[in-house]
This record gives sequence, structure tokens and C-alpha cells, in this order.
Amino acid sequence: MYRYDDYDQQLVDERVAQFTDQTRRYFAGELTEEEFLPLRLQNGIYIQRHAPMLRLAIPYGNLRSDQVRMYGHIARTYDRGYGHFTTRHNMQFNWCKLEKMPEILAKLATVQLHAIQTSGNCIRNTSTDPFAGVAEDERIDPRPWCELIRQWSTFHPEFAYLPRKFKIAVNGAEEDRAVIRCHDIGLELVKNEAGETGFRIFVGGGLGRTPIIGEEITDFVAWPHLLTYCEAILRVYNRFGRRDNKFKARIKIIVKALGIEEFRRRVEDEWAHLKDGPSTLTQQELDRVAACFVDPDYKTLPHDDLGYRQKLSENKPFAAWVKRNVRGHKRPGYASVVLSLKKTGVPPGDVTDAQLDLIADLADRYSFGEVRVTHEQNVVLADVERSELFALWEQARAGGLATPNIGLLTDMICCPGGDFCSLANAKSIPIAEAVQRRFDDLDYLHDIGELELNISGCMNACGHHHVGHIGILGVDKNGEEWYQITIGGRQGNLTSLGKVIGRSFAAADVPDVIETLIDTYVAHRHEGERFVDTVHRIGADPFKQAVYGDGTPAQRKVANG
Amino acid sequence: MAKLIKNQQIIDDAWQLLADEADTDPATVTVPAGHWLVPFAVWQAQPALAARGDVAPVLKGTDDPAELAGQLDAVPLVAVDFPRFSDGRGYSTATLLRSRYGYGGELRAIGDVLRDQFNYLSRCGFDALQPPLGKYTDAQLEAALASLKDFTDPYQASVTVREPLFRRHARSAA
Repeated sequence: MYRYDDYDQQLVDERVAQFTDQTRRYFAGELTEEEFLPLRLQNGIYIQRHAPMLRLAIPYGNLRSDQVRMYGHIARTYDRGYGHFTTRHNMQFNWCKLEKMPEILAKLATVQLHAIQTSGNCIRNTSTDPFAGVAEDERIDPRPWCELIRQWSTFHPEFAYLPRKFKIAVNGAEEDRAVIRCHDIGLELVKNEAGETGFRIFVGGGLGRTPIIGEEITDFVAWPHLLTYCEAILRVYNRFGRRDNKFKARIKIIVKALGIEEFRRRVEDEWAHLKDGPSTLTQQELDRVAACFVDPDYKTLPHDDLGYRQKLSENKPFAAWVKRNVRGHKRPGYASVVLSLKKTGVPPGDVTDAQLDLIADLADRYSFGEVRVTHEQNVVLADVERSELFALWEQARAGGLATPNIGLLTDMICCPGGDFCSLANAKSIPIAEAVQRRFDDLDYLHDIGELELNISGCMNACGHHHVGHIGILGVDKNGEEWYQITIGGRQGNLTSLGKVIGRSFAAADVPDVIETLIDTYVAHRHEGERFVDTVHRIGADPFKQAVYGDGTPAQRKVANG
Repeated sequence: MAKLIKNQQIIDDAWQLLADEADTDPATVTVPAGHWLVPFAVWQAQPALAARGDVAPVLKGTDDPAELAGQLDAVPLVAVDFPRFSDGRGYSTATLLRSRYGYGGELRAIGDVLRDQFNYLSRCGFDALQPPLGKYTDAQLEAALASLKDFTDPYQASVTVREPLFRRHARSAA
């Protein structure tokens, strides 16, 4: 992991001091609500239904065990004993008091945690592959680049009041696990013909109200120019992005309006001035940062471990967990483990203070004291010896962290929805739970196979419903909560947006509809074919017919459809 | 009289702001005697104003600073308007005037200019900051001067900090 030097620490400490004074002036009446708004947002604080919500940054998803313990402490001391992992490498607390925020942020800063730019119209936390550095299909480790972007974007004076929020994601593997084409800037690490490292850059992707897949703005920018190129994109966006309508202010709208060619021309014109300027990265700085991301002290281990093999053959629940929650690793004898935060009855991504402490302990015991979080709202221990998987599983299971469902229907992405979020049109957590209860038979769940079900409580799409194999979107119709269903969305290299199957449903009907979609898939699937692949092979019509009957699905316009 | 923070000092200011009348032909606008900040369109339409020495252009977010680039020697100051403090275009306008067009004179932020933006504004090259008239007491303005120093060593290059942290300091090898 990146290790702070004195400069990094000083900036975080100075931020705490700055926000402490701003909060004091707010309570003293010297700052209006409107003036305080972007200040608190850029320090991660929303005012939600029940209380202020604090959103903490997990830069590119990496945490140390002592940081996870600090989350546990915050959950216990200032919240109601739990926190929530989001879809963009953040931790959220829902019940902290506004007047306590400076104190909380000061405590977090002692372990290099912060809430900098986790909200507001600025450059947000950079996200990446949770298996960075250990994935078998990795070409180039994205983490040093994420850290360089973190530093460049933190307190960037020119880009703190953009037209709208701005999200960057980086992928360095064959398979994109960072949804880069649904980000404002998506960076794909590549090598050119000369073997130089650089970036293929996508721009203007995003979900939300107007879901758009990002377009390629350049097929190669050599690595020293990463920051100047990003700066050129940001400056064009800051100057020309729309500010008259919040819903048309994301970069994707101006990219569409100008067309990618004209947008590219403006960026390249701007970049011509910035290229080779002082922000050009140096080998020395790259080396300094990359030195934080070298391999941990791996043992030389045999590929196979007999004790592990034996446990696999004699313990069915363990084998089921390994099948779903354990992934290959670049080093022989090691594996990556996904701890599931998708136990039925628990809101997806929620984690208690005791579980946070357990995660920290497991990381110390089995995985070099490091933890990653995934955009699917689970937790990864990236470097576990295979011989220790059984012991880890037993302890994780005792803590409710070993539901064997990673990648299956019940491993759903779900935003906090109407239970917490003041933007939501509908609740999402009860929908998730109802679907999980309907599909609680593990054998059936495993037979259905890989299926990504994503739920958002409103069109802002924090639950990534557009790219779910099945997507559920909460909509408001005359003050009632309804749910619109899409099928065929995908993340990864073949990222595509799901299509709405027809009119929306009442909450009580959603589990039946999901079951009908699954039955239809089971009836049509080829051997080994995933749900989403069946949808793309046979099209949506058989699914629509099954759901809505023989008549064509009603063309009645759905809310926000 | 409006207060102005200039080069980190609080001073009185004699400049007045000429209203931006959208319906009026900028060539026919009369600029009275005295020190006047005028819309860039008026400045462009009346080249004689440059010779006065007491008239200066105000750039809006939609104005292109490149169009002022050739006249930067002739302006007594350049003002950049912030219609709302959350409208961040002026940060890029200032950065371009300073770093691309080499403007070295007074660069003044006017409009909804608030103390919690002073730090970023000054790093983008504003050496003169003018909050709305009556917005702050003298004591509050004094206190606000401290915010110019909120961050001792920023990460990235900007107008006032010419090089990023990694070029300014030998950072400890990890």
C-alpha cells in the first residue's frame, strides 16, 4: 500500500483544521447553508433523511487493518454500530452528528483516512480493480497510477467547482473489473508497439439519468503525460461543460453535444500547451510511488496443499465457499478471498463494528494486514495461503462473512435507497432482501449460476442497475414506489446497458418477476451459458412474454422511462 | 467603499462596476469619468477605452481570455466575474491569463467571492479578491487572510506554485 510521507500527512491534517474552522463558523451563523453546502460535501458530509451521512474515501479500494479497526471504532463510538461499503470505494456512516464531524475526521486522519472530495462537484475518489497486483490476467499494476492521480486531484485549485462531479477509474488487466467505460474518464493501461507503458483513454461514460458508454478519446498517451492529458480534459470540461441544468452538466453531455471528434480537438489543442510542462511525471516520482506496491513477502509454496485438498473433498459447505468466494492468484499456493457482505437479511454492503474488527484481524492473520473493497460491495483479502483457507473460512463464517454467493444472484449491488437516501424515489434494501429470501436455496442459486442483479433506488444509479444482468430501478409514480426492470446489462470488456422489459411493478411483485425471468432463462439456456449470455443470444422477447403474458407488454410509459 | 484584498492586504478600492446590460449595444454604452470595470463586450467594442487608463474589462465565464491576450499590456487590471461562487469557470480563466498569456498585472475576482474560496482563487493567480460589499466585517476579512495559507505544500502545480510537489521536494523513498 501507499505509505504517507510528511507532506501527505500534513495536507490531511491541514484539511481537518480548515474544515473544523468552517464548521465552527457555520454553527456561529457566519456561513449560510448554501455557502456551507459545497464545503461539507467536499468533506464527505450529506444531510440525509435521518442524520448527516459521512462518506469516507478508500483510495482505489485499499485499506490497512488498522484503518479498518478505526472504522470499527467510529461505528461503535459515533454511529449505531455499523457502516456501509458503497459501489465506489467509499465507506459511509449514517448516524454521525454534524457537530462531531471535525472530531471524527481528526481521528481518521491519525490513520491516514479522510473524506476529501468524496462528494461535491469535484474530482472524486479514483477507483480500480480490487484484484490489482494479484490478478492472473493483469498486464500492468494500476495502483501506482491511481495514487499519482489521487495526489494530482486532491485540492486541485482549478477543478474544485466543476459543472458536476467527476469520476476516474483505472484498469490494468485483460478483463475490466473497474467499469472504466462508465466513468467520466476511464483509463486502460496498455503498452504500445515500442513496449512503452501508457494509457488508452475513454471519456464521457456514466450511468445515472443518462447512461452512456464512454468513447475513446485517444488510443495511447505515454505515461509521463497522464496528468497533463487529464488536466486538458478537465479544463475543457470546466470551461465548456453546461452549468445551466444540473441534469445535463456531466462531461458525457458535452462530449455527446460536441461529438467525440470536436471534443478531442479541443482537448488536444489544450494539451499542446500543457504537454511537457511541470506536471509531466518523472521516472523518479513513478519509482517512489511504485515502490509502495511491490509484492509482499510471499513464501515459496507448492501449487497444491494436501490438507486443503482433503478439506475440500470432505466438507461440502467449505467447497461451496471456495468455488464461489476464492479466486486464483499469480503466486503458487496463494489465493484471493472475497468476504461476502451479502448475507440474506443484511443490507448489501453493510458491516458491523464487530465484523470490521474481524476483517482487520483476518487481514493481519492471513493477508499481510491489507484489505481491498470491491465496487460490488464486498471485501477482499488478496494474499491468502491456500493451506490457511479452511481456518479463515471457519472464522469468517462465524462472523457472518462467508456466504458462498459471490457472483450469484444474491450477491447483488444495492444502493441505500429510500431507507436512508434523500434523493431516492423508492426503497431498495427491502427489495434486495425479498429477492434474497426467494432465492435462499443454495443448490438452486448455484444452478442458476453467475448473475449480477443490481438495484438502484433512483435514476442516479448508485446501484449500477443499467449494467446489471438484471437491473431494478425504483421509480416514483404519483407518490407510490414502483420498480422498473431491465435485462441484458453487462459490466466488463463487453459493457452494455440493459433494456427495459416493460411497465414497472409494485414491490410485492418483484420477486415473482425475477423468478419468471430466471425460469425463462433455465428453459432456454445452453449448457454452461450464463443468464446474460442467454439474453443476448435469444433477445428480450421470450422474457417479456413470460413476464407480461402473450399479449405484447403494455407500452404504457413508465415513470422516468 | 468596497474592500479589496490585494497581495494579502486589506485596502479600500475606488473601482466601480458598470452594470452588464444585455439588451444594450456595447458600442453605445457610456462609461462615465472615474475608475470603471466594464463588461468585456464594451471593452472590445470601444477601443478608445484602453487609452483612458481608468477603465478595465470584466471577463465572464463565457468570455474567451484568448481574445484579451493581445491587449494585456494596455489594461490597468483584469476582473473575472463569479456570478455564483460555485461557478468555477473563473479558475480556468485566471489560470489561462497567467500561465498561457503571461499576464502579470492585477487579476481581480469579483462577484460572489467568498473567503472559503480564497485559497484556490489565489493559487489560480488572483492577486486581488473582492467579496460582495458588506459581506464581511473588517475583523472577518482579517481572519480570512489566514485561509490563504490553509495548505502549506500543495500536491499539484498551479499559477502560484509553479511545480508539483514531486519536483519541489525530494520526497522520501517509500
